[in-house]
Amino acid sequence: MTVIDTLLPTLFPFGWQHYLLGGLTIGAGVALLYLFNGWVGGMSTVFSSSWSWLFKRPFFRQERFLNSRHWRLVYAAGVVLGALFWRLSLADGQAQTTSVPTWQLLVGGFLAGYGARLGNGCTSGHGICGLGSLQLPSLGAVLTFMGTAFLTANLMRLA
Amino acid sequence: MSPNTLTLPKTLVTLLAGALFGFGLSLASMIQPEVVLGFLRFQDWGLMLVMGGAACLAMLAYKGFPRWFGKPLLGGEFQTQPAQWNRQTVVGAAIFGIGWGLSGVCPGPAIAALGTGNTDILWALGGIVLGALTHGLTARS
Repeated sequence: MTVIDTLLPTLFPFGWQHYLLGGLTIGAGVALLYLFNGWVGGMSTVFSSSWSWLFKRPFFRQERFLNSRHWRLVYAAGVVLGALFWRLSLADGQAQTTSVPTWQLLVGGFLAGYGARLGNGCTSGHGICGLGSLQLPSLGAVLTFMGTAFLTANLMRLA
Repeated sequence: MSPNTLTLPKTLVTLLAGALFGFGLSLASMIQPEVVLGFLRFQDWGLMLVMGGAACLAMLAYKGFPRWFGKPLLGGEFQTQPAQWNRQTVVGAAIFGIGWGLSGVCPGPAIAALGTGNTDILWALGGIVLGALTHGLTARS
C-alpha cells in the first residue's frame, strides 16, 4: 500500500475519475467558446442580462448585458441540452431528484443569485474563468465564498 | 457587425460549448446538491478536481489562444472580463457562499436541472432568477 492507495479512497469515497473528467469537459466547453467566438463563459451573468428584455432600468441597459444577452441564452440552452444528453445516455433517462428541503433550495438559490450578481461571478465566473485568467480578485472571491459556504453547510448539519 | 452578433456558426459553437459544460457538470455529479454539500462538509474532495480541471483548461485557453491565434477563429476579438477587488465583490461572494452552502446549488447546475429533469431544483433556479432580479432592481448602476 502506497500513500496514494490509502489517500485516494479517503479523499474521494466515490472515486475521482468522473470528477476530473467532468471538470475537463467543462473546461473544454469554456475553451471552445473562447477559441471560436472569443467570449468568456461564466454562467451567472445570464440571470442579469436576460432581465434586460423586460426591464428598462439603467442597470439592465448596460452595454455588457445588451451585447451578450443573446449568446448567453444560447449558452444556457446548451447547458440544458448537455445535461439532457447525459441523462439519456448515462442515467437511463431517469429524472433526478434531491433530498435537500425546498426552503433551503429556494432561500439558498435567492441568496446565491443575489450574491453572484453583486459579486459579479459565481463558481464558474470566478472559480473557472477568473482563476483561469489568473485574476487575484477572483481568487479572493473564491476563497470568500468557499469560506462562507463551508460555514453555512456545516452549521446546517448541526442545526 | 458587432463582435457579439450571433451568426449561425457562432450560435452552433455556443450551443456546443454550453452542452459540454452541462454534460461535464452532470458527469462530475455537480448537479446533485448532496455531492456539493458533501464537499462543503469535508466528506469528499471531488469538487476541487472539477474546478481545478476546468480552470486548468480555461487557463490554457485564456493565456494561450490570444498568443497562438491572434483572433477568435470565427472573427471578433478575444474578450477579457477583468474582476475587481472591492466591497461589492467581497460582500457578493460572501452572500453567494451562504446561498450555495444552504442549497448546494449554484447557477450552472440550476440551469442543468432543466435537462436532468430535477424538478426539485427548479425551486433553486427560481430563487436565483429572483435574487438576480432583486439585485438588478436595487443596484446603483
